[in-house]
Amino acid sequence: MSRDEVNVVWLGSPTFPKAAHDALQDDQLRRNLKHATTTIRDKRLRAVAELDDWETLRLAGSQIKDRVMRHLDTYLLQLEASVTAAGGVVHWAEDAREAKQIVSDLVRAMGATEVVKIKSMATQEIGLNEELDDDGIEATETDLAELIVQLNHDRPSHILVPAIHRNRSEIRDIFRREMGKHGVPAPDDLTDEPRALAEAARVHLREKFLRAKVAISGANFACADTGTVGVVESEGNGRMCLTLPETLITVMGIEKVLPSFSDLEVFLQLLPRSSTAERMNPYTSLWTGVTPGDGPQEFHLILLDNGRTKTLADTAGRSALHCIRCSACLNVCPVYERTGGRSYGSVYPGPIGAVLTPQLVGIGTSDHADSLPFASTLCGACYDACPVRIDIPEMLVHLRAKVVDAHRGGLPKPEALAMKGARMVFGSPRRLAWAERLGAIGGRVAGIGGGRWLPGPAKKWTGARDVPVPARESFRAWWRKAGRR
Amino acid sequence: MRIALFIACYNDVLFPDTGKAVTAVLERLGHTVEFPMAQTCCGQMHYNTGYRREADSLVGAFNDAFRGYDAIVTPSGSCGGHVRHHHKTETAPNVYEFSEFLVDVLDVTDVGAYYPHRVTYHPTCHSLRLLRVGDKPLRLLRAVEGIELVELPEAESCCGFGGTFAMKNSETSVAMLQDKMDNVRKTGAPTLCASDNSCLMHIGGGLSRIKSGVRTLHLAEILAATR
Ligand code: SF4
Repeated sequence: MSRDEVNVVWLGSPTFPKAAHDALQDDQLRRNLKHATTTIRDKRLRAVAELDDWETLRLAGSQIKDRVMRHLDTYLLQLEASVTAAGGVVHWAEDAREAKQIVSDLVRAMGATEVVKIKSMATQEIGLNEELDDDGIEATETDLAELIVQLNHDRPSHILVPAIHRNRSEIRDIFRREMGKHGVPAPDDLTDEPRALAEAARVHLREKFLRAKVAISGANFACADTGTVGVVESEGNGRMCLTLPETLITVMGIEKVLPSFSDLEVFLQLLPRSSTAERMNPYTSLWTGVTPGDGPQEFHLILLDNGRTKTLADTAGRSALHCIRCSACLNVCPVYERTGGRSYGSVYPGPIGAVLTPQLVGIGTSDHADSLPFASTLCGACYDACPVRIDIPEMLVHLRAKVVDAHRGGLPKPEALAMKGARMVFGSPRRLAWAERLGAIGGRVAGIGGGRWLPGPAKKWTGARDVPVPARESFRAWWRKAGRR
Repeated sequence: MRIALFIACYNDVLFPDTGKAVTAVLERLGHTVEFPMAQTCCGQMHYNTGYRREADSLVGAFNDAFRGYDAIVTPSGSCGGHVRHHHKTETAPNVYEFSEFLVDVLDVTDVGAYYPHRVTYHPTCHSLRLLRVGDKPLRLLRAVEGIELVELPEAESCCGFGGTFAMKNSETSVAMLQDKMDNVRKTGAPTLCASDNSCLMHIGGGLSRIKSGVRTLHLAEILAATR
């Protein structure tokens, strides 16, 4: 599949169950994931418990986001006006192709052949690095974890900790092997001490920061009333990108707009505690247009749609756009914990990916996207963790119905037939009682010998689990016989 | 108070003893219960798998079967949760999961049970996060005479059942099951208790396959046990 055929990069990989199969075989991956998610899960619970108004904050966050979605057009136009008034330039991009074209043209107009980047999921979503590469422009990720992933020609597997699936010695090997190909090499005697690894990255990146004329960033928020754009991060590398180069290009999904500057109060409390379990993130950078003689002298804001207005049109699905990318839902998700992020086949993994990706891509357009809403047990842990109260389980079920409906008509699959059959049996108590008697006989025959290995699709169950043998007498039959009515 | 039993279709066929236990406990507490014969299925499986049309067509029948009762009691947290949240009918608010009904409506925690064994308890996801039953099942268990309750490590993590998830994503489901079984075995308890047979069918199926010697028992069956 060519890059332009799908809005969200990487779909085209196998469906979730198949992709999960590979991840589940990798013991090291599972150990890394379990360790990382359990640690941050516990830390988050403690950080959240410190605030006695946490639930009120969540409610405020979700209400602000609700309002944004209801008046998205108004706030975006207001944002455009504010940014322009502050000396920035606003571009509108309907899809990935348009957005990439705008960035590429801007970089080439500067005569630059390299750019530094700070964590931006939106640019990953549209496959910007690959596009720039095709145009002869080298983009360097400056967030440490992103850098690790990029150097290893890998894909991120976590929103916040893209290299969550790699351990220290793996990272040392990647640095030693790859850094030299792109700039300052890692020292020959590099150990896997975190300090040594961080130092190698620092030296490698510093050279890039000092040379780059153009930086590309994402945005966590943009305030419609003031035109202020914000990025929060932990390492300070983002701040280097946002202040050193001559030109700053920010690519932002249109859902990231907030009505006013004062709304930041709510989100700057919700985000760090939910994502890194910190009271406050170490670096918060806010900028408004350009300031003569200070920081980048040219600022471009690209407002990216890429499936978002389509998502907005579905009132039951739109709250997926409320997401502030904190990754709390990933860290509590038992499915994510086992399979890792790459099984989700997009830049958005875990529970939020399972509801956002299919909507951005469009239900019924890709087998992989259609498999995502089913990649959950509906245990509900994600909803409890989400700082903006996105009811992910409910949305999963809503999207499942859309997937099923998109595939109705034509030859029914075995599952659809089974569901219809069950509906028929359950449609009348008499048919049910009759089916129960038949099932009890059949089930007991299948259960004879205690082996209980069933053929066909049921193998998926009996591969690891015995089946319960239907009782000789159903509850219904017992009740009737006991003359209870 | 007119109390109706909503046994749930899979309990009816596969786990009738749970229904009998619910009946026994409620009658022991002096209540008369009825089993509306017209009940079949609440449609949860259809709904959760995306077959909403099929699910919707079962809602009316459910409502007809249970109309007129003050309380509709079910030993299934997930079916109870489904009806309460997704059936937009007059009967939906009257549905109670068994432990909720005992503690919230009847206001009892000691039901006069005797079960002199070591037991560990798994809180099922839908009871926990859809119905928010909290520690009600544990309060009921703690009041059982002779019982030795041991805490299950990582109790609140999902067992991996998830209805059709167990088939559609069977490998992930089994990986989750594996961790749950390891934790159950760490407790050394010969009995695993939960308030939903659907999760127990999955965990119990796994425990039986590996011949662990651990058996699974619905909360109602422990509460029904007497000297
Ligand atoms: S869905 Fe909620 S919990 Fe998940 S990343 Fe988005 S904001 Fe965080």
